Amino acid sequence: MSTYTDPCAHCEEMMQPYLDHVLTEHERLEAESHLDECEHCRRRYRFEESLRVYVRQATAEQMRPELRHKLSTLRIPLD
Amino acid sequence: MNAAVTVADMSENEDAQRLAAEARDRVRFEEDALALADQVYRVARHLANSREDAEELVQETYVRAFRSWASFQPGTNLRAWLLRILTNLNIDRGRRQQRAPQMQALEANDYYLYDKLADDNDGVSDADRVVERLSQDDIVASLAAVPHDFRDVIVLVDIGDFSYADAAQILDIPVGTVMSRLHRGRRILKGALAETALEEAGT
Repeated sequence: MSTYTDPCAHCEEMMQPYLDHVLTEHERLEAESHLDECEHCRRRYRFEESLRVYVRQATAEQMRPELRHKLSTLRIPLD
Repeated sequence: MNAAVTVADMSENEDAQRLAAEARDRVRFEEDALALADQVYRVARHLANSREDAEELVQETYVRAFRSWASFQPGTNLRAWLLRILTNLNIDRGRRQQRAPQMQALEANDYYLYDKLADDNDGVSDADRVVERLSQDDIVASLAAVPHDFRDVIVLVDIGDFSYADAAQILDIPVGTVMSRLHRGRRILKGALAETALEEAGT
């Protein structure tokens, strides 16, 4: 599949699927062997990983207790 | 005569048992659905354009879910079922218009944001420190600026923790489309974050 002459460009293409765990075994090993020797890409993968965690944390908004209460009143009463 | 009474009694009895079992199932369904409300809201908050829209959407979702509980297949993913109702409501009610004039969707490459932030930070490249330059508000605002087709997928997968397959089912699109929108959407989000972060650095 690889037509890349620049290994870092290839590694960049593999970053999202790598972090999503959807690369094939072969591709994963390919990415990891490049990461082992390339600080440039390693830093960018680490950044992407912490960015994802950070996005998840930053967007975590609790629902208001009023809404929680309202939802429980929507239940259909037993007759 | 006696026999007829017995048959009638039995069928009445069976009816009563069936109704009681149905009531039990329904109560359990409602409790299970309510237990997921926090997770449903978390996703709804970023599919919708505002907290008010999200609250309304969640309420409408539960009204509809409680009414059509019998169409839920026990043993399947209830959270995905609820989110499917919610995204359909969101689309049906035309709430998906972009509220602000659409930010130009800058689709950078995957390393764009990192490179921008690291450059701007005198080469400080510790990932956590670079990430910390983004405030919570930056993230929420930048996510809201991502066009809906892309945002829906990011919100379901990256915030809601749904698999590609679940997201595809919820949005009624092919898995391949989920993947391509997710990849492009994350790049657009990073482009938006870079713009926000640089604007702030400039002021």
